[in-house]
Amino acid sequence: METVFTPWQSLTGGALIGLAATLLMLGLGRIFGATGVLHGLFSSDASGDRMWRLVLLAGMISGPLLVFMLSGRMPAVQVPVSPLMLGIGGLIVGVGVTFGSGCTSGHGVCGMARLSPRSIVAVLTFMIATAATVYVQRHVIGV
Amino acid sequence: MRLLSTYLIGLVFGVGISISGMANPAKVLNFFDVAGAWDPSLAFVMGGAVVVTFIGYRLVLPRAAPVFGRRFNLPASTIIDARLIGGSALFGIGWGVSGFCPGGALPALGTGRWEVFLFVAAMSAGLWLANVIQSFAASSAAAKT
Repeated sequence: METVFTPWQSLTGGALIGLAATLLMLGLGRIFGATGVLHGLFSSDASGDRMWRLVLLAGMISGPLLVFMLSGRMPAVQVPVSPLMLGIGGLIVGVGVTFGSGCTSGHGVCGMARLSPRSIVAVLTFMIATAATVYVQRHVIGV
Repeated sequence: MRLLSTYLIGLVFGVGISISGMANPAKVLNFFDVAGAWDPSLAFVMGGAVVVTFIGYRLVLPRAAPVFGRRFNLPASTIIDARLIGGSALFGIGWGVSGFCPGGALPALGTGRWEVFLFVAAMSAGLWLANVIQSFAASSAAAKT
């Protein structure tokens, strides 16, 4: 499935992601990690932290709706893989981000911005693993 | 005020993810498909986000405390171990298989697409599974000593 190269939109979106990460540190003193948000919702011992994570998640989910209200179009979600692959991929992502303590937002944006060696290793590892997986799927197996 | 600010911060993130293309698996997978239908957009997302956060953190972290809190909660761990690398490698495989990462998928729930709900449900199951494995490993380690 071909997609259009969108440097300006992507750069603007990225800058907004960075702004949100900065504001969360300024406001609550927290790293903006989607893994942490999800984790906090499910863990029983962080009851005091659950509220702000729920509210943050509600804001995140409202994002596409605001874009829809302003532009009249929902952000594109094109899924080129089967439901089975989505399920398997989701399960592996859930296990991986728990053991790896973070994902593209926590390690990729906040950790890299802090020049954290742990995050830099994590990002290099998952970028290589993702690229290898996509290569094998599309050019070796040919899904 | 604290919760309203938190909601608005989540909203800024959600809008950013929406217009960046990170919530679109086809675009994500094409970024990694250098040998095929390559779409380099995601480099601009990561670049923009990291540069803004890098500058933002340098302005914010010299403060004595956050606006709505007593201290900044920064990860203290500096250990690079098999857990970090193995977990990150697994995450990468799952990302490559599905095209969704947590930061892209959570805001994408707002589009109401069933594929996103399926992914997030499976990811939550994976989170639960990893917690079970961790507590099992911790209890068997405690039993040995």
